[in-house]
Amino acid sequence: MTYSKLTAVSALSLAAAGFGASAHAEDLTLCWAAWDPANALVELSKEFEEQSGHTMNFEFIPWPNFADRMLNELNSGGNLCDLLIGDSQWIGGGAENGHYVKLNDFFDAEGISMGDFADATVYAYSTWPKGSENYYALPAMGDANGWFYRKDWFEREDIRAAFKEETGRELGEPQTQKELLEIAQFFQEREIDGQTVYGAAIFTERGSEGITMGVTGALYPWGFKYENTPGSYDMEGAVNSPEAVEALEFYKEFYETATPPGYTNSYMGESLDAFKSGQVAMAMNWFAFFPGLYADPNTGGDKIDFFVNPPQNQAGSTLGGQGISVVAYSDKQDAALEYIKWFAQPDVQQKWWDLGGYSAHKAVLESPEFVDSAPFAGDFLEAMNDVQDFWQEPAYAELLLAMQKRVHDYVVADQGTAKEALDKLIEDWTETFEDEGKL
Amino acid sequence: MTQAPITRAAEATPLPVARKIRGLSDRAIAWIFVGPTIFLLLAINIFPLIWTINLSFTNFRANRPNREVEYVGLRNYERILTDTDIWLNMQATAHFLFWTILLQVLIGFTLAYLINKKFKGNDLWTTIIVLPMMLSPAVVGNFWKFLYQPQIGLFNYIVAFFTGKDPSSFEMLGQVNLAPWSIVIVDTWMWTPFVMLICLAGLRSIPDYIYEAAEIDRASKWRQFWTITVPMVMPFLMLAVLFRGIENFKMFDLVVQLTGGGPGSTTELTSINLKREAFEKWRTGYASAYAIILFVTVFGLASIYVKALNKVKER
Repeated sequence: MTYSKLTAVSALSLAAAGFGASAHAEDLTLCWAAWDPANALVELSKEFEEQSGHTMNFEFIPWPNFADRMLNELNSGGNLCDLLIGDSQWIGGGAENGHYVKLNDFFDAEGISMGDFADATVYAYSTWPKGSENYYALPAMGDANGWFYRKDWFEREDIRAAFKEETGRELGEPQTQKELLEIAQFFQEREIDGQTVYGAAIFTERGSEGITMGVTGALYPWGFKYENTPGSYDMEGAVNSPEAVEALEFYKEFYETATPPGYTNSYMGESLDAFKSGQVAMAMNWFAFFPGLYADPNTGGDKIDFFVNPPQNQAGSTLGGQGISVVAYSDKQDAALEYIKWFAQPDVQQKWWDLGGYSAHKAVLESPEFVDSAPFAGDFLEAMNDVQDFWQEPAYAELLLAMQKRVHDYVVADQGTAKEALDKLIEDWTETFEDEGKL
Repeated sequence: MTQAPITRAAEATPLPVARKIRGLSDRAIAWIFVGPTIFLLLAINIFPLIWTINLSFTNFRANRPNREVEYVGLRNYERILTDTDIWLNMQATAHFLFWTILLQVLIGFTLAYLINKKFKGNDLWTTIIVLPMMLSPAVVGNFWKFLYQPQIGLFNYIVAFFTGKDPSSFEMLGQVNLAPWSIVIVDTWMWTPFVMLICLAGLRSIPDYIYEAAEIDRASKWRQFWTITVPMVMPFLMLAVLFRGIENFKMFDLVVQLTGGGPGSTTELTSINLKREAFEKWRTGYASAYAIILFVTVFGLASIYVKALNKVKER
């Protein structure tokens, strides 16, 4: 081969390697839940479209149907989604059932280091088996369950005086779970500006994951553990420990004495509605909603402030958030990987945070400006240090539904005792793990 | 002379086709017509049923296609029939079925009886009454959810108006003792018009001369009602009960919208529980056994009922 021919072939190969994807523009579909951060991602992805030449389409499913819809899609081997920002608990099933592409080789080839992302998010959103170095997702959206409250009410002299008279202490952000309940009970059915208000909006939803995500907000600070020894599936004495029983009783008391009437089947949307309509003094919800809450013209700005889920015996917050995965059934995997490569860049991650997404990249989280960049940024960092997640097993849906039933039966339907509910939960989970061949 | 239609059809048949079917017997031609329907029936109904029965003896999970499937004998059936939670679901379903059918029959028949009387605006009232059954169950579930809302719901305010209670002192969808009644009320509101229409058809099918003969015999209105109206409407009423019974046994959408099966599992009807087992927990083998048990129950009860219905018709 002559020198000129060799040069020409080399140039063509390089062009094909370097710009192959751009030369062959794809229509990519990214699937996620329909919520505030999804809109931010649409905005962010415009930059990717400009750079790559690919077109991004989005399939956003409302939260109550998100798991059902997406898991059915994956289980049927559907190729609706090229990229999926799936819940953290799906990682086990995604990996073991072959729904997600394993990303280790891609990360190595592209120089993407998991060490650049917050450890808790890598552990929760990316790895399977847990703690291994098998990566099936890139941390996309850090999240945890936190709290927000009516700062304007907390600062009013008449309310502060009434609180001090009733409890003997100053009204402020609660430092423990019990203080949280005390404050909520103080506000319950209180007249403020001629309107009856209530203590707090908590999660009680039965159908999907609501009450489990709410009740773990109490269980984790009390020291709840899923197993005595991680990986042993030995649950007796852990799941139904005296601390767990106390935490569950606490949540029931919270539900009965400090929430609005009719609050029997409520999750994210109901919590936001209750707060924005001025019905409650405090509410629990995912950090993902906090930018929108802060921007709300009626109850945001100076009227709102945020705090991390208060500790009790220890610090603990319920983990939310998701990683972004490439769907194994997609026939556009190369373009999808290109998106992940682009998304992993520190400057893109910074824009992601600026637009209202929660980056898990250390370059963003550890930047000196981060804590002051939003009123909830410091709380977010604090929460992410102490997050715990639900089972991430392939049978997670079965485990979750069992907990939904047992907890809702006890907390909302007032059936049996907390100990009985947790004992039954162990029976259900044991049956599931036996079916799975893990016990 | 005008040719008979059959002759015209024979002449219109293209020669090649005519040659092909010339030698076919009547039975063969009948099979040609019936064959596609039987094929569809086998493919859509019978094969899935047999396949479901087969799956019910396995530990198959549709979300784990690669996992080895084991035959577990009657274990799935044993688990279901000894599970106290499933019996509670059955109880909830029985409560829902009994009360919805009873109320719908009583109110539906009464409305039909009243509408059957000729009065001004009769047609308008009929239209207004049947409106609820024209709505989507999802829409009905959603707006009744608002009506039941303890703070702003109209239902609570109406009850409060008559009882003097505080509207927010009770939660139709959130209290264990009220939630089963809340779904009964909504289903009754929605489907009573259906029962009414069937009863109305029955009432209008009774010839006037029977009542005239009764009048001549000086039978009282009360006696006419019990000896003419009720027996002659009974087959129609029983048909309405059959339809509503089957429909409500598999009730899903309305209740999911209203309560999601809660509070706790108070309104978790068998169909909701079955859906959770099959498509959320993905215990396909177990859910198949569950579906077969429900199928046998409905099929068995419906068969007994249809026999009773035929006996009533024969009278």
